[in-house]
Amino acid sequence: MRNLALSDEILMQVEKPARYIGNEVNAVIKDKKEVEIRFAMCFPDVYEIGMSHLGIQILYDMLNKFEDVWCERVYSPWVDLDALMRREKIPLFALESQEPVKDFDFLGITIQYEMCYTNILQILDLSGIPLLAAERGEDFPIVIGGGPCTYNPEPICDFFDIFYIGEGETQYRNLLDLYKNCKKNGLGRREFLKKAASIPGMYVPSLYEVTYHENGTISQRISLEEGIPVKIEKELVRDVTDTCYPDKPVVPFIKVTQDRVVLELQRGCIRGCRFCQAGQLYRPVRERNVEMLKHYAMEMLKNTGHEEISLSSLSSSDYSKLPELLDFLIENCAGKKVNISLPSLRIDAFSLDVMNKVQDVKKSSLTFAPEAGSQRLRNVINKGLTEEVILEGARLAFAGGWSRVKLYFMLGLPTETPEDIQEIAALCNKIAALFYETVPKEKRTGRVQIVASTSFFIPKPFTPFQWAGQCTKEEFLDKAYQTRSAIAGQLNQKSIKYNWHEADVSVLEGIMARGDRRLNQVILKAYKKGCMYDAWSEYYKNGLWFETFDECGISPDFYTREREDGEIFPWDFLDCGVKKEFLLREWHKARKEIVTPNCRSKCSACGAGRYRAGVCLEERREQS
Amino acid sequence: MKVRIKFSKYGPVRFLGHLDVMRYFQKALRRADIDVAYSEGFSPHQIMSFAAPLSVGHTSSGEYFDIEVNRFTSEEDLREKLQSVMVEGFDILKVQLLPDKEKNAMAGVAAADYLVSFSDKVPLPENWKAGLMDFYRQESIPVTKTTKKGQREIDLKEGVYLLEVRGEDVYMLVDAGSGSNIKPGFVLETFFEKSGVSLPEYPFRIHRLETYKREENGRLAPLIS
Repeated sequence: MRNLALSDEILMQVEKPARYIGNEVNAVIKDKKEVEIRFAMCFPDVYEIGMSHLGIQILYDMLNKFEDVWCERVYSPWVDLDALMRREKIPLFALESQEPVKDFDFLGITIQYEMCYTNILQILDLSGIPLLAAERGEDFPIVIGGGPCTYNPEPICDFFDIFYIGEGETQYRNLLDLYKNCKKNGLGRREFLKKAASIPGMYVPSLYEVTYHENGTISQRISLEEGIPVKIEKELVRDVTDTCYPDKPVVPFIKVTQDRVVLELQRGCIRGCRFCQAGQLYRPVRERNVEMLKHYAMEMLKNTGHEEISLSSLSSSDYSKLPELLDFLIENCAGKKVNISLPSLRIDAFSLDVMNKVQDVKKSSLTFAPEAGSQRLRNVINKGLTEEVILEGARLAFAGGWSRVKLYFMLGLPTETPEDIQEIAALCNKIAALFYETVPKEKRTGRVQIVASTSFFIPKPFTPFQWAGQCTKEEFLDKAYQTRSAIAGQLNQKSIKYNWHEADVSVLEGIMARGDRRLNQVILKAYKKGCMYDAWSEYYKNGLWFETFDECGISPDFYTREREDGEIFPWDFLDCGVKKEFLLREWHKARKEIVTPNCRSKCSACGAGRYRAGVCLEERREQS
Repeated sequence: MKVRIKFSKYGPVRFLGHLDVMRYFQKALRRADIDVAYSEGFSPHQIMSFAAPLSVGHTSSGEYFDIEVNRFTSEEDLREKLQSVMVEGFDILKVQLLPDKEKNAMAGVAAADYLVSFSDKVPLPENWKAGLMDFYRQESIPVTKTTKKGQREIDLKEGVYLLEVRGEDVYMLVDAGSGSNIKPGFVLETFFEKSGVSLPEYPFRIHRLETYKREENGRLAPLIS
């Protein structure tokens, strides 16, 4: 039987000890003597969050299918165990073998949101790996980062040996072969990293230097090694059907956030909303073959025993074979009492009909994401959802028995005026009024419930809004206050509930998102002062963060300001497929309130066409 | 048809709580493709009843739950199917088709027996074995039991049916009925407190041997006999 890394005394003291014991259904156990490479795959947040992430499940499955590799999982110990491990000097361990991460060949860290940056340092620290890549000797694992935040890796580049830019399915085999080769030939860490820098998609930050203008903006980037690429292009899976996908995902013992089978319908999105980073990074949209999805759906349900399957995609309604897939799932799941969950579905007659079949109408609520209150502002952000469409969807839903509606908006979008904010409240009111018009008194079981939520807009790299300025905390809060008052002034205000996101953490997220190399020292210092689990509001220490900026002599305002058209951004050396000229064009069109059609109706020459994949190969209704 | 399943819990999975064990078996039954009956209503769930919950950290060789199935082949077939989808730490020991009149696992529990061993950190007095037996041989052992509902005066003696020293461990058979159940750790904590020994945190390792029902003749019998 496996021994646990933690003693009974420790496990009995911490909350949810099952987070740390491994041994879950479908977890992969190998004989360590039979493998050449030990890979620790980490999501730097608590187990329940990390276990809900599809990307890790895909890579875990792929790496473990390599006979010479054993990939294990690592998550952030929760604060209670964190304190005990520091006190008792217990090194961080991987779940499967329960052995120290420090002894592994690779530590892969997926970086999904900026607010996990201090947790990356927690992982390194607890593992006993030097926080700075420059201080790591031969005996330490190669620390490699991946995921959406690596599209601006500069604020955390001192902590990583390599960043893998793009989709993980394509280059790991090459990287691991190179590693084995270097080991065999007695080449050290430095030599390996130099060679790795020439594998497509690999960014080795220590091999580059950045110089700055007097005003703080970037002057130039210099490669310190000859022959390594100046620009690093993202990796992309051209065919998302003929590729790896887990048919036996790990089934956690404890309840996690995504406690269900996840079926990824497609990668990318045709919509091109101008605030959305994923919509640009994963271009072009690539659909999986519907037969493949049917096969994996049934296999995963059988192998996990989950009672729910969720269809995952940035915009499920755009998946061309959705009706066929849903018919299949309804037919094959209903008898087995499997629920089908359909996030990111456009509300229309089709989707309501489907939801009627798969969900309990009384319990479920419908979600609309207009993102902005007025049509004018929706044109600015290129959100192709009109008021007519929203109201028609709501009318159909109310007639069909739904009485709960969730609405998502963003505050602080470029060009936003007080009138746009008023329109948020007006739209909520119209939807509430529509309920009372549509549903006769005798059929109502109470008031309609409208829940309006606002988040604060944060400009992200590789979006048309990467040039935009970001609001201050005071501006954000003022906008939330305006929204609240506007809602309170509506006729149906009693039917509308309003929630807004925290403002201070949004400001920090924005700083990190468009930050440069100079932020490494701030993150390091903030961590050493006790910042950790910043994504968890109860642990977020805003005061400590901004005090640290001060001490480092770094002005947060520099990072939230609006950028000039010609400025070199810290992430410009990465090529995400979409060209900067296209993004700039979009930024200018946004301010003229001109919409851009989606990829399926018209090509806007974003640059991703060079991959010759997905939607770029489809016949379009209109070609430009 | 009602079926009773006996399983063991050992190794790392002893750190799973009762609700997580239930969730684990719900998914396991689906993986094993066992045709479990579901309840009616808006959120149908598997018809399932667990016997006495086991505390986090304890191991057991006598855990039980009942399910209702729509189709039944044989006891051995069901046992094999379910065993084939277990992870290390859970073994399916026995399966029994129940007569319709049988009380469900939860309602039928009357007693459970345990083997308790001590952590190295427990400062065991020289003569603890004799002391423990003297403690147990008292006519009555009045103690205050703290439950969710508050504090209650009880006689520990009534709830401990049998207690003996086995090697360096302690065996005991205790009341496990709902409301009147006695925790083995509580019995030993009471003893050490009365002997003036202060215990470290997490002093015991506790293994449940078997869970019992009371038969019509008043005798205790395992939930699957």
